[in-house]
Amino acid sequence: MSKLLLQVENLTMHYGTRGGDVRAVDNVSFTLAEGDSLGLVGESGCGKTSIAKTLLRLLPDNAKIIGGHVWMGDTDLLALPENEMRKFRWSRISMIFQAAMNSLNPVYTVGEQIIEALELHMGVMDNTQARARVAELFDLVGLDPTFMDRYPHEFSGGMRQRAVIAMTLSCNPDLIIADEPTTALDVIVQDRVLRKLEEVQAKLGMSMIYISHDIAVIAEVSNRIGVMYAGQLVELADSVEIFERPLHPYTFALMKSFPSIKGQRQILQPLEGEPPNLITPPSGCRFHPRCPRATQICVDEVPEFKDYGNSHFAACFHPLEEGDY
Amino acid sequence: MSVEQTDQNVGVGAETYGGVRTEQLWRVRLKLLWNSLRSSWAIFSENPIGMIGLVIIFIFGLMALSHPILMATVWDAATYDPIVGFDYTIDSHPSAPSAAHLLGTDPIGRDVLSQLLYSTSSEFGLGIVAALVTVTIGTSIGAVAAFYGGVIDSVLMRLADLVIMIPSLPLLIVLGAFFELNLLMLAFVIGILSGFGGVTVIIKSQALTIKVKPFIEAARVAGGSDFHIIFTHIVPNLLPLAFLYMMFTVTTAIFSEAVLSFFGLMNIRMSWGIMINLAQSEGYLLRGFEFWWLLFPASIAITLLCAAFYLVGRALDEVVNPRLRKR
Amino acid sequence: MAEAIQQDVKARVHRDKPLVEVSGLKKYFPVSSGIFSRASSFVHAVDDLNFTIMPGQSLGLVGESGCGKTTTGKLLVRLHEPTAGSILMQTEDGDMEDIAHHKGTALRQFRRRTQMIFQDPYESLNPRRTIFDTVAEPLTVQGIGTLTERQERVAALLNECGLTPPEQFMYRFPHELSGGQRQRVAIARALIIDPMFIVADEPTSMLDVSIRIGVMQLMSNLAERFGVSYLYITHDLAVARYMTDQIGVMYLGKMVERADTEELLSNPLHPYTQALLAATPVPDPRLSRDFINIKGGISKPVDPPPRCRFYARCPIADEFCRDNPHPPLEDKGGGHYVACYKVGVAGA
Ligand SMILES: Nc1ncnc2c1ncn2[C@@H]1O[C@H](COP(=O)(O)OP(=O)(O)OP(=O)(O)O)[C@@H](O)[C@H]1O
Ligand SMILES: Nc1ncnc2c1ncn2[C@@H]1O[C@H](COP(=O)(O)OP(=O)(O)OP(=O)(O)O)[C@@H](O)[C@H]1O
Ligand code: SF4
Ligand SMILES: [Mg+2]
Ligand SMILES: [Mg+2]
Repeated sequence: MSKLLLQVENLTMHYGTRGGDVRAVDNVSFTLAEGDSLGLVGESGCGKTSIAKTLLRLLPDNAKIIGGHVWMGDTDLLALPENEMRKFRWSRISMIFQAAMNSLNPVYTVGEQIIEALELHMGVMDNTQARARVAELFDLVGLDPTFMDRYPHEFSGGMRQRAVIAMTLSCNPDLIIADEPTTALDVIVQDRVLRKLEEVQAKLGMSMIYISHDIAVIAEVSNRIGVMYAGQLVELADSVEIFERPLHPYTFALMKSFPSIKGQRQILQPLEGEPPNLITPPSGCRFHPRCPRATQICVDEVPEFKDYGNSHFAACFHPLEEGDY
Repeated sequence: MSVEQTDQNVGVGAETYGGVRTEQLWRVRLKLLWNSLRSSWAIFSENPIGMIGLVIIFIFGLMALSHPILMATVWDAATYDPIVGFDYTIDSHPSAPSAAHLLGTDPIGRDVLSQLLYSTSSEFGLGIVAALVTVTIGTSIGAVAAFYGGVIDSVLMRLADLVIMIPSLPLLIVLGAFFELNLLMLAFVIGILSGFGGVTVIIKSQALTIKVKPFIEAARVAGGSDFHIIFTHIVPNLLPLAFLYMMFTVTTAIFSEAVLSFFGLMNIRMSWGIMINLAQSEGYLLRGFEFWWLLFPASIAITLLCAAFYLVGRALDEVVNPRLRKR
Repeated sequence: MAEAIQQDVKARVHRDKPLVEVSGLKKYFPVSSGIFSRASSFVHAVDDLNFTIMPGQSLGLVGESGCGKTTTGKLLVRLHEPTAGSILMQTEDGDMEDIAHHKGTALRQFRRRTQMIFQDPYESLNPRRTIFDTVAEPLTVQGIGTLTERQERVAALLNECGLTPPEQFMYRFPHELSGGQRQRVAIARALIIDPMFIVADEPTSMLDVSIRIGVMQLMSNLAERFGVSYLYITHDLAVARYMTDQIGVMYLGKMVERADTEELLSNPLHPYTQALLAATPVPDPRLSRDFINIKGGISKPVDPPPRCRFYARCPIADEFCRDNPHPPLEDKGGGHYVACYKVGVAGA
């Protein structure tokens, strides 16, 4: 096993609102090895972005970190003072935000914006040196380096997204968190961006947390998959393992409900009900109102997120077995 | 309501659908209206500014109601009539406030308090008629211009620009000089001027954002006519905004009336503006604070009522535009 | 009961005649360069489409953003008027009627037979109207049935669309429903007038994964039960696989390939379809995909050059493609239509 890069323990974060606390991240624990890519999948509003923002401590004012630790080596990111945390961002962990391609400033060239980000974190640089670095980054993500003097509107959506990726790579981070980086893109462009991201990650030996609601995309890019439901991590395992032997009924339902162009045309099974409200989530296992396997204990008690061997974790009282698939 | 009651008209399969109990629609609608009023009220009532405005308006409402009651009970008509009353027991008018005349009398011997209370209801009437005219014109023209676009839109909008450019107070003064304006006419003129001017432009821009919503296309696919789309889909979505501008129009109307009356350009017998006008024309305004009761009651009433509608308008803004709400 | 309805539908529609027959369909949008200048160039949003849809069959339209899928859908429900071409639709009496330039009463009559479901469940329902008003709208504006009948019919259809018990939903407002529930309301609205043909424009793309399948299934069940055909617009081939009998692939306003769904997915012939299939992620890490590298990104079809629309990105193009007009959509065997000079006829 390779070295651990990140260890998240019992992370809990709430948003205070008028109607009560939104329990967006609840007791989430996972580890990430160097060079691994972890895919976080789950439906809209289950707390994927919230986890990412908590790791980076880039939270809105009404957010409250209730507890937990985020270990990177011997440092607990949650205990760091803000000025030291700022150094961690970008240089150790950087993030591609949801809809980031629309966040480029239209009045500066793409190159200027990357140089600005570089200088913010690595100090003022010599101009030729900075431009050389940008050219290198452009090359890395498959953009023509001569394009660095162009403005964002001259880029297509896919090119802009790659420019944003180049920007997040500028300080050689150990970990990139990519939050739905391809959701607004067309399939062909999405495919190219994904392949580039995978390639760069392998080349630089970085780790990645890839967030998406699309299990097909997650299956493509990550070698470990974490499934989230209503603010909690309900299952975590290697990609092939989780597809071959899902333990949590929600994971199974998610897979059953995803159409595919490959293989037999299977009958899709809808998951009944709606995702719960996170202010007053269901008792016990949060999935119990929609779960076909639920019994009384699921209503009364919270299942433990435990190891089923083969570094396969799940939180369920009645995990699926061989005969259930 | 049962299975037998279905009709061929409804189309295929209707008979399978029987047995569903349905409530009387008008009762349901009333209940829904009530609910929406209640929830709007919940937001509104959290806003202290709006509540202050509402309390002031309420007090003025009580004042308006109190005049006929006082006239019928404690006040003797010959002495206290706001227009033809005269107190013979007092030697010289205007007389300072006393137990008999809480706010004194005016230069021709009439009770100031009675005038003040009497005028309240006409100020309300003026404001409300002007506001209704504004909203009717603003929403229908705004919606039509936005919906049809093209030539209709250009013509209507150029007209609106014209109305915006004409300074309305000088125009009213000119109108007042040529025609004898009464309150109803004034209400209509103000309603048309503010409705066809700024309010139309604002409402049209809102209508433009509604016009491109898919539910408009859905209504078209359903077979809805232009009339149906404008009046059941676009206009109802404009009403909250229109309601907001109603409040501001009331303020404009009351204020304009005061100015016109002050210049003696209104053909009405009593109003707050007339009260000040009389004090001015008889030369009492130049005498400083000595005859304060001739000036202050009416001018404070004008200021307060204008301010109250304005405050309510501001608070309604938060109900109408949820984005303005703090979290 | 369900059978009785089906009988009725069968009686209505001539099964052996097409329900929709589109030929030479074009829609050009003017691109105005200034306020006062006349439009000098045009977006060829839909350019010479030809296809037929048989009763009870559904056609999927797939392709990248901006290729003209929505425009095609809106032409078929006459939210747009075509620049050229004809749209023949089967009427109640089994005649074929060209609705391309219908107006007034004829258009309203046509609206009884065709409906549309929109992409965005948050924007396609009027926030100030109750669910009952929204669903009953086609009946109300066309003056069908009495109030009580409309109420019963709406309740029954909501029930059928999984909004149970219907009394609990009828008098709510859209903001009180979730995205999936709203889309069910939109489906009920489309079905209430008992149409023969429904254009569904990405009806599930904004829904959560766990809810999407429920809505898709509802749509296919109802299609079967009420004998409706869909023009199902989607950018997701995997969704099209589950919802359609045939798929048409569009590229910059042109249809470049059309075939039965499974045939198209297992044997894509046009280089663009091949690239599209290769780029579609598969929800299974054990299956690998090919990688087809096609150049550049999509552009707007503003006054496109007269050659094959795909030429600039095509990995197999040659001089012939450059020097000839856009290739015609031809049957390459077994009803598999392809518009490409480099694809031979099967068996030839
Ligand atoms: N600033 C905030 N204040 C209050 N609640 C919030 C805030 N931000 C997010 N939430 C709530 O927290 C929950 C989790 O949100 P989050 O954005 O993490 O979800 P997500 O999984 O990233 O969803 P998506 O796929 O839609 O991006 C949601 O229920 C959301 O409504
Ligand atoms: N009303 C309009 N006026 C001008 N151009 C338009 C109009 N509607 C669409 N277009 C243009 O026509 C082309 C096709 O648009 P259309 O909306 O049909 O694409 P689409 O395939 O539905 O794309 P998406 O997947 O993004 O919905 C685009 O280039 C678009 O910009
Ligand atoms: S016709 Fe030529 S350019 Fe067009 S798709 Fe076929 S090979 Fe490519
Ligand atoms: Mg998110
Ligand atoms: Mg579209």
